[in-house]
Amino acid sequence: MSELKRILLAEDNENDVELTLAALAENRLANEVIVVKDGVEALDYLYRRGRFASNPAGNPAVCLLDLKMPKVDGLEVLRTMRADPKMHAIPVVILTSSREERDLVESYRLGVNAYVVKPVKFQQFVEAVKTLGLFWGVLNEPPVGSVRRVA
Amino acid sequence: MALFGNASVRLKLILASILGSGTALLIVGAVITEFDLIALHARLLNRMTVQADIVGANCLSALLFNDPKSAEDTLAALKADPRILGAGLYTADRKLFATYLRDPASGARVMDETLGDAGEGHRLVGDRLRLSRDVLFNGAATGTVVILCDLREISQSLTRDVVIFGSVLLLSLLVALAISSRLQRDITQPILHLAATARRVSQDKDYSVRATGDRRGEIGALVVAFNEMLEEIRQQESALRGAQDELERRVVERTAQLQAANSELEAFSYSVSHDLRAPIRHIAGFAEILENDGNGLDEAGRRHLKKISQAASRMGELIDDLLVFSRMGRSEMQAAAVNLTDLLKEVVREAQPDVKHPIDWRIKPLPTVHGDPAMLRLVLSNLVSNAMKYTGKTEHPRIEVGVDRDEGREVVICVRDNGVGFDMTYASKLFGVFQRLHRADEFEGTGIGLANVRRIINRHGGRTWAEGELGRGAAFYFSLPKAKEPTP
Repeated sequence: MSELKRILLAEDNENDVELTLAALAENRLANEVIVVKDGVEALDYLYRRGRFASNPAGNPAVCLLDLKMPKVDGLEVLRTMRADPKMHAIPVVILTSSREERDLVESYRLGVNAYVVKPVKFQQFVEAVKTLGLFWGVLNEPPVGSVRRVA
Repeated sequence: MALFGNASVRLKLILASILGSGTALLIVGAVITEFDLIALHARLLNRMTVQADIVGANCLSALLFNDPKSAEDTLAALKADPRILGAGLYTADRKLFATYLRDPASGARVMDETLGDAGEGHRLVGDRLRLSRDVLFNGAATGTVVILCDLREISQSLTRDVVIFGSVLLLSLLVALAISSRLQRDITQPILHLAATARRVSQDKDYSVRATGDRRGEIGALVVAFNEMLEEIRQQESALRGAQDELERRVVERTAQLQAANSELEAFSYSVSHDLRAPIRHIAGFAEILENDGNGLDEAGRRHLKKISQAASRMGELIDDLLVFSRMGRSEMQAAAVNLTDLLKEVVREAQPDVKHPIDWRIKPLPTVHGDPAMLRLVLSNLVSNAMKYTGKTEHPRIEVGVDRDEGREVVICVRDNGVGFDMTYASKLFGVFQRLHRADEFEGTGIGLANVRRIINRHGGRTWAEGELGRGAAFYFSLPKAKEPTP
C-alpha cells in the first residue's frame, strides 16, 4: 500500500499549470495536486482562510512555488512559511523560468529546499517534473502533520 | 655663509661684523707697524750716516798726519750714542787705522784688520747694522769710517707697537660686539618674523596668514612679495578646491546615472529571464505534447510542429546565451592570480570526452595572469570548444595553445587550429553578438561565445583578434595584463 502525498502548486500562468499537470500525468504520478493562482491564494490555502476555510487540517507534502506571481510572489510566500512555526518545516520547491543569481541567492537564504529552472524543452521539463514528483511526492517522508491519501 | 654652518642669522650677523672690523683693524695695524719700522730704519740710517760723516771729518787730520792716537780719541766721541757698539777707521789702502769699542772688556774683535772691496753703504748682520762711509779730502777718498750699530731698539719698538695694537684690537672688537649685538636686532627681527610666518603656513596649510612689518627696504620687499605669494597660493588653492568639488559632484552624478542605467539593465534582463522564457516554454511544451499525440496530423503538419518546437528551443538557447552575455558585462570581477596553464588543462580535460576523433593537442606553458578565474575559464573554454567544433570535420585535427608574444606588462595568448577557418573579409564580425560565419546546419551554436570572450577580455583591459583562412584553420588571439607577482 503506497501513500500519495498532497502537492500544492502555486502558479499564475494557466499554460504552465497545464504543462505541469501534463508532465505529472505523463509520469503517472497520481498525487492530489492543489492548484492556486497566486501567493495570496497559496497562503489562504495553507492557513485555511477564504475559500479554503472549510478545508480539513493538514499540510501539503510539498509546495511547488512559482517566483513571479501577482499580489504576493513566491519568495514572499516562502518567507511567510519559514517564519511560521506550524509551517516552517513544509518542503518548498521553487519552480521558475528564472536563472537569475539574485533569485537563487534569496531563495536559499530564505530556506528553500530545492530550486528548479523549468527547461524550455518539454521532454526535459517532463523529466524534471518526474524527478520532483517522485522525490517529494513519493520518496521523501514529509514532516508530521502532512495530509496523506491512500491510493 | 657656509663658513658659519647652520648658525642662526643673529649669530651670523654678529660674527660677520666682528670678523669684518677685526680684519680691517688687523690690516691697518700691520700697515702702520710696517711703516713705523721703515721710518725707524730710515731715521737710524740717516743718524748713523751723519755720525760717520762727522767722525770721518774729525779724523781727517789724524789720517793725513798718520796719528792713530788722535783718531781713536775722535772715535771715542761716539760713546755719546749708546746704540753704537763700535767703530773703525780704515786708511785709503783699506787697512785698520783706529778702532772704538763700546765695551772693551768683552775683548771681542769687532772690526776686521782690512776692509773688504765693498764701497760705501750699509748691510744688516744679525740684529746689527754695519755702515761704512768714505772720508773725503779734496773730493778723493782718504779713508773709510765703519760704524756698527745695535738694532735692538727697533725690535723693542716693534714689540711695543704690537702690544699697543693688540690692546686696541681687543677693545675695538668688544665695542664692535656690543654695537652689532644691538644693531642685529633691527635686521634679524623682521627676518625671524618672516621665517616664523612661513613655518606656520607650511605647518597649518593656512594660506590666509599674512606677514607684518615695515614695508621699506629689501626685507620690506620680501614681506610684500611673501604676502603676494601667499595670496596667489590661497586663490589657486580655492580655485583647485572648487574644481575638485565640481569634479566630485560630477563623479557622483555620473555614478548615479551609471547605477540607474545598470539597474535598468538588470531589471530588463530580469524580466527577460522571467517573462520572455515562459511563452517560449509554452510554445515548445504544447508543440511537443501535440507531436507526441500525433493524432489527426498529416506528414506536413507533423513537420511543421517539429519546426515550431525546434524554433522555440532555439529561442530558449538564444535567450539563455544573451542572459549569460549580459551577466558577463554586469557581474563584479574577482581579482586573483590565475595560472592559465592549470586552467587550460582543466578546460581541455572536461572538453575531451565530447571528441569523437582524437585531436593532436599542442599546449605550451602559459603564464600566470591577473584576473577573474571564472571569466577566464569561460574564455579558454569558448576558444577551445570553438577550435574543437571547427576541426570536427578535419582529417587530422590539431589545436595549439601558447604564448604568441610576451610584451612585459601584457601577454598575448593564441589558440590555433587547422579546422575549416574563415574568410578574413568577415573577421570583424566574428566577435559580435550572435554573429556566425557558418550555417546552423554546418556547425551548431548561437554565436555568443566569441562575444563573451571579447567582453571578458575587454573587462580585463586586454584585446581580442583573429586570423584565418578558409579551409586552412584559424587563430584566435587575446592579450591580458600579467600578474604582478606570479604565484609559484
